[in-house]
Amino acid sequence: MSGMNNVSKSKIHGLWALTNRELKKWYKAPTVFIITLIQPVIWLGLLGNALNLGDLVSSNSITFPADLASQFTPQQLGILNQFFSNVGDQILQSTFGTTSYISFMAVGMIAFTALFTTMFSGMSVVWDRRLGFLNKVLSTPVSRAVIILSKVLSATLRSMFQAAIILLIALPLGFQFGAAFTPINILGVFAFLFLICLGLSSLFIAINIRSTRMETPMAVMNLLNLPLTFASSAFFPIERMPDWLQAVANVNPLSYTMNGMRQLLINSTIDYSQLALQYAYVGIFAAVLTTIGIVLSWRFLNK
Amino acid sequence: MSEEDAIKAEGLTKVFNGSLVAVDHINFSVKHGEIFGFLGPNGAGKTTTINMLITVLKPTDGKASILGYDIAKQNNEVRYSIGLVPQEYTADEDLTGIENILLCADLYGIPREISKKRALDLLDLVELTEFKDKKVQTFSGGMRRRLELACGLINRPKVLFLDEPTLGLDVQTRAATWNYIKMLKKEFGMTLFMTTHYLEEADALCDRIAIIDHGKIIVVGTPTELKDSLGGDIITVAIKKDVDITGLVEKIEHVKEVKKENDSYMIKSANGEVTAPLIIEALRKEGHVVTRLSLMKPTLNEVYLQYTGRSMRDAEDSGEAIHAKRMMMARRRH
Repeated sequence: MSGMNNVSKSKIHGLWALTNRELKKWYKAPTVFIITLIQPVIWLGLLGNALNLGDLVSSNSITFPADLASQFTPQQLGILNQFFSNVGDQILQSTFGTTSYISFMAVGMIAFTALFTTMFSGMSVVWDRRLGFLNKVLSTPVSRAVIILSKVLSATLRSMFQAAIILLIALPLGFQFGAAFTPINILGVFAFLFLICLGLSSLFIAINIRSTRMETPMAVMNLLNLPLTFASSAFFPIERMPDWLQAVANVNPLSYTMNGMRQLLINSTIDYSQLALQYAYVGIFAAVLTTIGIVLSWRFLNK
Repeated sequence: MSEEDAIKAEGLTKVFNGSLVAVDHINFSVKHGEIFGFLGPNGAGKTTTINMLITVLKPTDGKASILGYDIAKQNNEVRYSIGLVPQEYTADEDLTGIENILLCADLYGIPREISKKRALDLLDLVELTEFKDKKVQTFSGGMRRRLELACGLINRPKVLFLDEPTLGLDVQTRAATWNYIKMLKKEFGMTLFMTTHYLEEADALCDRIAIIDHGKIIVVGTPTELKDSLGGDIITVAIKKDVDITGLVEKIEHVKEVKKENDSYMIKSANGEVTAPLIIEALRKEGHVVTRLSLMKPTLNEVYLQYTGRSMRDAEDSGEAIHAKRMMMARRRH
């Protein structure tokens, strides 16, 4: 009857078990999974495809008035059309870094999905407390850090998977890879996603671990959701924003994630010094928030 | 184990938010192989005590040890030697029965080749083998309770904590749960620490009971000792004529105390069955007509009433009471 002799005493035992529990709950009950996908897909369909900003500046949206058109030969009209089309593409290229607005937005939606998924997983810690599961786990020899890490890890894995799905959905909607894209860049995109999810999920877990009611995290999430999404380059480049919004968007780690991922996926050239800066910013964000999140949660669990 | 007591608490105290005293300097010890019950109404401090003993909450003051391991300083050793059957259903609804047990096993770092066999044995023990691959969603309350029990046993604990093991269960399931608890003591010689606010449960299961109220232990003893401490059985007698019969009754065998209450007499006797016919006989001899006589064996409810001044029935679980308790516990962690 010796329970102590035949067990491993590694410091991180239980990490995979707890992470896997979350993942199993996720793919075995796919409602939340589907809901988190619906919203970005609607955004993509509505703003990226139906209300395509790119169409506004394409040659299709320019028709010459009849009296003006009559002064040109059909050949000249063709050249003019070509000219305006080129101007439109140039505007798109210089504004969004690609001639396809839906591609620009799709990358925004990938980051948005990461935000959404980490928020949802952060809330699961409230259920774990309410349903007594947390207490049960706390009575076992699992390290407190492992309890929190498993949450962070599962949120990160889920987000990365969902982001990949968004990318797959965007392809038939008209997503175009940039000239600088090579398949290896996908790894770079996942590196960005890994870092941002690590930071965000640590943040949300630290926020949620103290609350016993769903209402509190819901309110906090709503409060954070909107500014984090719109004060970022999800829909529109930061340079074209008013100064006050730029100030917010410029510190928003989601902007750096999106811009970095855009460089890797849809831009025609990659500015490597910019890319390094973007990785550094998101990396530091992840390191700081993960540390803070884990320390706060750990202290709470040790009360 | 050289240590004589399986659990020992000395001055154990928990204060929340610097002012709310949930557990107030309690002392008790539980012997090896004993079923020890914490009996008290909702909010008495039972769950807080368990949470300290299972190393989930840090005591504000005092100390406690389990199998000689200090709950504060050697919490890892404590965690390896205990099991918990929580009052909530903590098994994951989206996971199957066996997945839930294996998850518990992983939390103790038990290698899969061992845990798999143990899980199957435990499922057999709690009669859930045929449901092992079903999602817990489809389980009834009793099945879930049994699954919690199996999870709590996966690390073969020497001390098992059961927090309100039959809360919200129907009568049959409750009886079945009692049988499992008795079996654990009998077959495995396990030490069991349980909380309950059901008097019948404490009476039926526990070797010893501590009555706890407002965070303090009021009395500790075996159910029989506690009942005996009330002074025995209570016989209530009424006669036709309004004359004082105190002197007459006091002389009868085993009678300890006679009190007149309104139109009847309350007689405490060490052996009610013997005393009652003697009373009737003595009164008849003196020409009194007995109109009413009742004999009552003391229950834990009387014990509880005696020691706390309140009836335990007031705190019995209505749906609201359980809900209120859950909310309170949840808020306590703030």
